Formats: sequence, C-alpha cells, structure tokens
Amino acid sequence: MTAPVTLSGLNHWFGSFHALKDIDLSIAAGEYVTLLGPSGCGKTTLLSVLGGFIEPTDGTVTIGGRDMTRVPPAKRPTTTMFQDYALFPHMTLRDNVAFGLRMAGMGRRERHGRAEKLLAMVGLDHAAGKRPHELSGGQRQRVALARALAVEPDVLLLDEPLGALDLKLRRSMQDELKGIQRQVGTTFVHVTHDQEEAMAIADRIVVMNAGRIEDEGAPSLIYRAPATLFAAEFMGETNRIPAKVTATGVETPFGTLPHTPHRGAVVACLRPEDFTGGTFRIGPAKVQDAAFFGTHCRAHVVPEAAPDLVLTVHLPPGKVPAPGDTLDLSADPAALRVFPKET
Amino acid sequence: MSDAANTQRTLDREGLRGWGFVAPALLWTLAFFVLPFVVMGAMSLATLEGRTLVWGLSPANYAELAEKAYLWRGILVSLEITLTVTVVSVLLAYPLAWIIAFRVPARWQRLALLLAILPFWTSYVVRSYAWLLVLAREGVVNRTLMGLGIIAEPLTLANTRLATVTGFVHFFVMLLTLTIFANLIQLSPNYRRAAMDLGANAFQTFRHVILPLTLPGIVTGAFLTFVLCIGDYVTPQILGGNTELTVPQIIMVQLGRRADFPLASALAIVLMGIVTLAYLASARWLRLDRL
Amino acid sequence: MRALPWLYLAAAFVFIYLPVGALVLFSFQGGALPVPPFDGPSLRWYGEILADRDLTSALGHSLAVAFGSSAVAVTLGFLAAYGLARHVLPGATLVRGLLIAPLTVSYLIVGLGLLIVLTRLGAPLSLMTAGIGHVVINLPLAFAIVYASMGAQQQNAERAARDLGASEAKVILLVTVPMLAPALAAAFFLSVTLSWDEFIIAFLLTRFDVTLPVEIWSMLRSGLSPRLNAIGSLVFLVSVTVVLILELLVFRKRP
Repeated sequence: MTAPVTLSGLNHWFGSFHALKDIDLSIAAGEYVTLLGPSGCGKTTLLSVLGGFIEPTDGTVTIGGRDMTRVPPAKRPTTTMFQDYALFPHMTLRDNVAFGLRMAGMGRRERHGRAEKLLAMVGLDHAAGKRPHELSGGQRQRVALARALAVEPDVLLLDEPLGALDLKLRRSMQDELKGIQRQVGTTFVHVTHDQEEAMAIADRIVVMNAGRIEDEGAPSLIYRAPATLFAAEFMGETNRIPAKVTATGVETPFGTLPHTPHRGAVVACLRPEDFTGGTFRIGPAKVQDAAFFGTHCRAHVVPEAAPDLVLTVHLPPGKVPAPGDTLDLSADPAALRVFPKET
Repeated sequence: MSDAANTQRTLDREGLRGWGFVAPALLWTLAFFVLPFVVMGAMSLATLEGRTLVWGLSPANYAELAEKAYLWRGILVSLEITLTVTVVSVLLAYPLAWIIAFRVPARWQRLALLLAILPFWTSYVVRSYAWLLVLAREGVVNRTLMGLGIIAEPLTLANTRLATVTGFVHFFVMLLTLTIFANLIQLSPNYRRAAMDLGANAFQTFRHVILPLTLPGIVTGAFLTFVLCIGDYVTPQILGGNTELTVPQIIMVQLGRRADFPLASALAIVLMGIVTLAYLASARWLRLDRL
Repeated sequence: MRALPWLYLAAAFVFIYLPVGALVLFSFQGGALPVPPFDGPSLRWYGEILADRDLTSALGHSLAVAFGSSAVAVTLGFLAAYGLARHVLPGATLVRGLLIAPLTVSYLIVGLGLLIVLTRLGAPLSLMTAGIGHVVINLPLAFAIVYASMGAQQQNAERAARDLGASEAKVILLVTVPMLAPALAAAFFLSVTLSWDEFIIAFLLTRFDVTLPVEIWSMLRSGLSPRLNAIGSLVFLVSVTVVLILELLVFRKRP
C-alpha cells in the first residue's frame, strides 16, 4: 500500500520559536524521500506533523488525496519508526509486530502468521519468541521496521532510524532499508543528519535548515547543482573562493566567470574532486600536506594567485605529492557554482 | 614467588581492609537486629508459668494462636484491613500519578507532586490524630454536617474499621503516588506514541502497554504498603479504637498488661511469616533495588 | 470528559489536605475544642505548649536522638558502602542483603526484639536505647543511598588521588566524602526526619525521658485538644521546612 503526500503552506510555532517556515512539498506514491539537515533544522518536527503527533499552526497535510491535518496518529495511514524504536519490552517480537493488527481486531492465529512473515522479511523469524532486550541494536531496528510495516501503512515515517547503530552496521542497513522499500512499495520519509546515508538511500533529498526547505531533488542534482550555499556545504565538502560581481562577470582571484543573477559579494564553490583540468586556471599551488585515501589523494594547497586561501584538492591516487611540491591546477568553469555571500 | 601467589596476598590484605570498613555496620546489625531477632524466635518457643519464663521448644504459643478466637481473629482482621488498604490505595493513587505525569503541564509537575506528598511528612502520630479530629463524634465532619442541618444525629465515623482504613489510605496514597509517578515518568513517551500510531485507543494503550510496563512499580509500592500497614500499631489504635484488634495491637496488649513476651514473640513471628509470604507472592515483579 | 482529570486532582488534594488543614486551622482556635465553629484566630495554644516543660524537653530529646542516631547511621552506612564498593570481599552479596534486611521488617518487630534482649540483659531503657533502635532502622537506608551513588566517576577520582600519593584515609577524607556530599546529606536528613517522627521504637525503648511523638501519644489520652493541634502543626512545619530545604539544596542540582 502506498500513497502520495502533499504538504502545503505549513508553519509551526513552539511558543515564540518558528520551527517550520512555509513548507511546501509533494512526495509521490512509492517514493523514498529523506529529510536532511543539522539538528534543530525542523526535520523531526516536520516528520511529527506528517505522523500526526504535532498539529501544525498553519497549513495542510494531504495523504492519498485526503486532508489529514487534524487526524490523530491512530487514524492516519502512516506509521512511525521511532528513533529509540519504542519496542514494547514486555512483549515478544511476534507480539510487538502483531500489535497493530491486534488493535485492528485481527484474530490471534492470523496476526501471528502475518507477524512471522514480516519477521522473516527482516531475517528474524527464528527469534519470534524472544524479547527486545535479547537483541542487538541492528536487530531491534529491524523489528521496529517490521512492526511499522505490519499494519500496511501508505506512508512509513522513519526518525533517524539508523542513528543508534555503529557506522559499519549503518551502511549495511541502508541497503537493506532501500531493498525492503522497493519490495513493499510504501512511501518512505526518512529523517537523517548524515548526508552519506541520505545519498545512499534516497530517490529524493530534501535539505532543511532553520525551519526552511533549502533544496530538494535527486542526490546527484543536489550534489552537482545545489540551490544554496548551505545545501552545497551540507552535501559534501566544498572550497569557498571569494568573488565579486562586476560589469564583466564574476571576478575571482583566478579569473573571471560568466555572469550570475546575484549582485555584490558572492562566493564561488568548487568541490575537491573537480580540479580535473579545464579553462578555469588556478595556476601553480604549493602543497602543504597530502594523504593517501585509496581511491584518491587528498591535499591542502596554497595557490600563488591567492596566498591567503587554502584549497582542499583530491588528486588521482597514482603519486602522493610531498609538502612543498608545486602543482599546476585548473578546473572546468561549469563545475563552479556561485552563491550570494551569506551575511 | 609466583604472580598468582602475589595477587592472592594483595587480595587478602585488601580483603582485610575491606572488612574493616564493613565491620562496624555489620556488627551493629548483627548485635541489634539479628541477635534480637534470634532471641525473639527462641522466646516464641518459651512459655510463661505464672510470672516465670521457662525456655524450651514448646509450640504452646503457636497452638494458642490457633485456638483462641481473639488471637486468630486478630490475624484475620489485620489481613483484611491490610489487603483493603493496599488495593484501595493503588486504585486511588494510580490515576493521581497518571494525571500528574501526563496531564499537568511540565513546569507545574514538580510542584504538583510535591504538594501531593507534602502531608506525608506530618508526624505519624499527629496524622492519625488529625483524622480523629475530622471523624470524631464531635469532629469536623459531624459538626459541619449538623451545622448545615444535613444530619440531626452525629454519624459514627471514628472507632470503626472505616476510620482505620481511611487513615491508612491517606498515608499510602501519597507514598504510592510517588512510586507510581516515578515509574510513569521514566517511560519513553514514544511507547505511548507508538501504541497510538499503531491504532490503539487510549484505553488499549493503557491496558496493553502502560500498565504492563508499570506493573513492577505498582507491585513494589503495593508490597511496601502491605509491609508498613500490617505492622502498624498507631493508626488502628487511634482511629479504630478497641472495637476490633489488629495483630500489632494484640502484641502491645501482651507486652503491657500481661508482660507475656513469649506470646508477643509468637505473634511477631507470625507477622513476619505473613510478610514473607507476601514477598514470595510478589517477588516476580519486585524491584526493591529501585526504590 | 476533559474536566474529569482536573476534578479528580482537586478531589485528591481535598482528601490529602483535609486532616492537615483541620489540624492547622483549629490550632488557632480560641476555645478549648478544636472543632467547628472556628472562633479564632488565637495564638493561645501555641503559647501554652511552648511554656510546657514536658513538651519542650521531649522536643529536645527528639532532636538529640534524631541527630545522634542519624550521625551514627550515616557514618556506619558510608563506611560499609565504601568497603563494599571499593574492596573485593567474599560474601559481599550476603553482607549487602544483611545490611538492607531491617528495611523489610516492621518497626514494631525491631523494637520488640530489642526490648526483649535489653530486658533480658537487665539494661535500663533510655534515650540511648531508643537511639540504638533508630540506628538499626536508618542504617539500611543510609547504606543504600550512599552505595547507590558510589559510581565509577568517584572511583576514577579516587584512583587518581591514590596515584598521586594519597593514603586511603586521605583519599576518603579529601576525595570520596566531598564527592559524595549530596548523597551523604540526603541520607542524613532523610534519617533525621524518619527518626524525629518515629513512634513505636521510641515508645517501647524509652522509660522516663521520652521523645516528642511519645509525649504526644500520652497527651492523646485526653482526647481532642487544641494543644495537640498546635504541637502537631509545629511538628509539621519543621518537617516541611526540612523537606523543602532538602528539595532545594540536594535534589535541585540535578537538572
């Protein structure tokens, strides 16, 4: 089961704190969307509004074409996977997963059968009689997923679902989550502050900051063509090159770029892996330090044209430069993005 | 010398020091708690011939408990009162703790809880006296109702089992509100959210999630109530009067008027036995370490 | 339906405060019967009880027993907690159980046992014997509170102090005790409020000099009296003050 979601004109205040600012967002049925942003950016508040735990001050939530803004959680076609999982410690895994079905009045045999099928889907059918405290963190996460999916929601809301896991487990659970989403076809809305996780898993990323949507789109689009400086910097690493808009174009210490709609002081951004040659000449730059990372070499360099700037550069892994070496760098002008300088 | 032997030596010296720290408390407990307890046990098997105490291993006192109506009836009265008080107190305290935990706004919570348990600190004897003040024949309730013309004759409120139970319930509602509140507030709010999210209504959430999760706290509080209530002399003496005697009242009668220490000891041992049974019955859920 | 919880809360507070309210209100009664109609306010009965020699000396006895027995209980409880938390002892579980055991036994039985032993030994009953009884009931609490707060953080600080050359006595005095100050204070004041209020042990184990609850008990024989209201209100005031100080000083520190 799956359904599209539309949020329009959402605003929410906690007392005098403006937590959500003019949120408009459409999510297609069966889409995997991540809400990405630093803590306090409003992503969890937005998820709570979707799940019905917070009634927004303003705006509407439509799920599957029906207005759900004032519908309580129990009556919504959404379920939430909580950050602490909130598995009921006094129930077996089977009873945990079957809980929603039991509330819906399904008979014991039938709901246990369904619960066991879902546990099998997450690879825990052998542990159906265990209790949550006997499980590892990753296993608990799977049970929480199975419990939330058991009631066949149209939309599954995941609040930092991998936050409590260690890095390695987190990476492998990402793939599993994605696989399960493909299998069940439910719309997934997933909150995270980890941009790698967001990129690995999402069809579409919504970048949030200070209660606002900064950017949205496919991971590659946000990475390659971020809408704002915040989105550019939150999605991976970038070099900031100070610049100015003049009559001839955007002036940087390394030459002039074509016109932008912005005025006054601007910043040109260039990702470390984009120093791959091209017509934008940076010129000779002295290596401060360099380290080998397997797929690439990472170096900090000081360009002669702008000696107060330190650029981070990813080079082919072939040869690691020594501190003091001079490199000749250039880039494709299309790889540079220009944003207004933040005040 | 081997490492193992070395470690053993240090451990021994360490251990000796450790015992040095523990010894004062341990000796105190042994001398003033364990020893009296053992003596009391022996005393319960002794007999009184005239005014002289005869040590021995006689079951006479326990036989007397089973034979004499005023003795075994006392045990029944104590059990009835204690069970009533425990059940009523839990039933009254749970909603109160619930309201303070989930309905009262967070900033007023601490104040509400403090207010709910403040009279807990009234002097024990004074608290029972205060209820006497309210319930006596010439007390606040009767005077007020008669003054308002609602009743013509004073109601018999004091010197009844109802008065004893009221006094006890008053005390234990405060105690249980505190323990149950502590239990409710430490539950992750996500348990309630998850249950609601999966379609449970308020009652189902309570019945299937909150109640089972707070059961250990309830049982712990109920056990405490049971222990304190069944061993109390003051409340039934002041509020119940001498209409029916509880075990502690009978013990005090044996000590005072008759100086029958053996029979008093036997009653005390029976009281301990009942508490032990209550402990075994509730041990599955008890969390005494979390008090 | 929405008002129901608030109605329940209000009813509960009426129930909880009814006896205390009546007690305090009629302690200001002008006449000799502390029941309606109220004909005060008057401080007459407060004046009387403060002039009553028996009461004031009982008050002094209560304070002496409470502070004395609490000091002993907290000291013994602290030493035992330190020994059990910082040294590896065989049979530690048994010792812990034994130290906690008096908590599960009625005060009446603790008092009765001590009374039997003391009479057998022919020892005279006094405030001292009542104090011994109060240590028996407060030691487990003091031990449990202090033991529960002896965490790893203190242990690391103690190790650091020892590493820097402090002897065990110095470590205890300069590191352990100051770090445990809130727990020790909580244990001490809890112990004081319990002992100060305790009736049955004091009743069984004192003879000529008695504590305040025992004195109040003997006043009860004359029935309802505004003097009892006045003394009860004063005791309540003292207890509440101690509890509020405790709340503000010790428990507020935790955010």
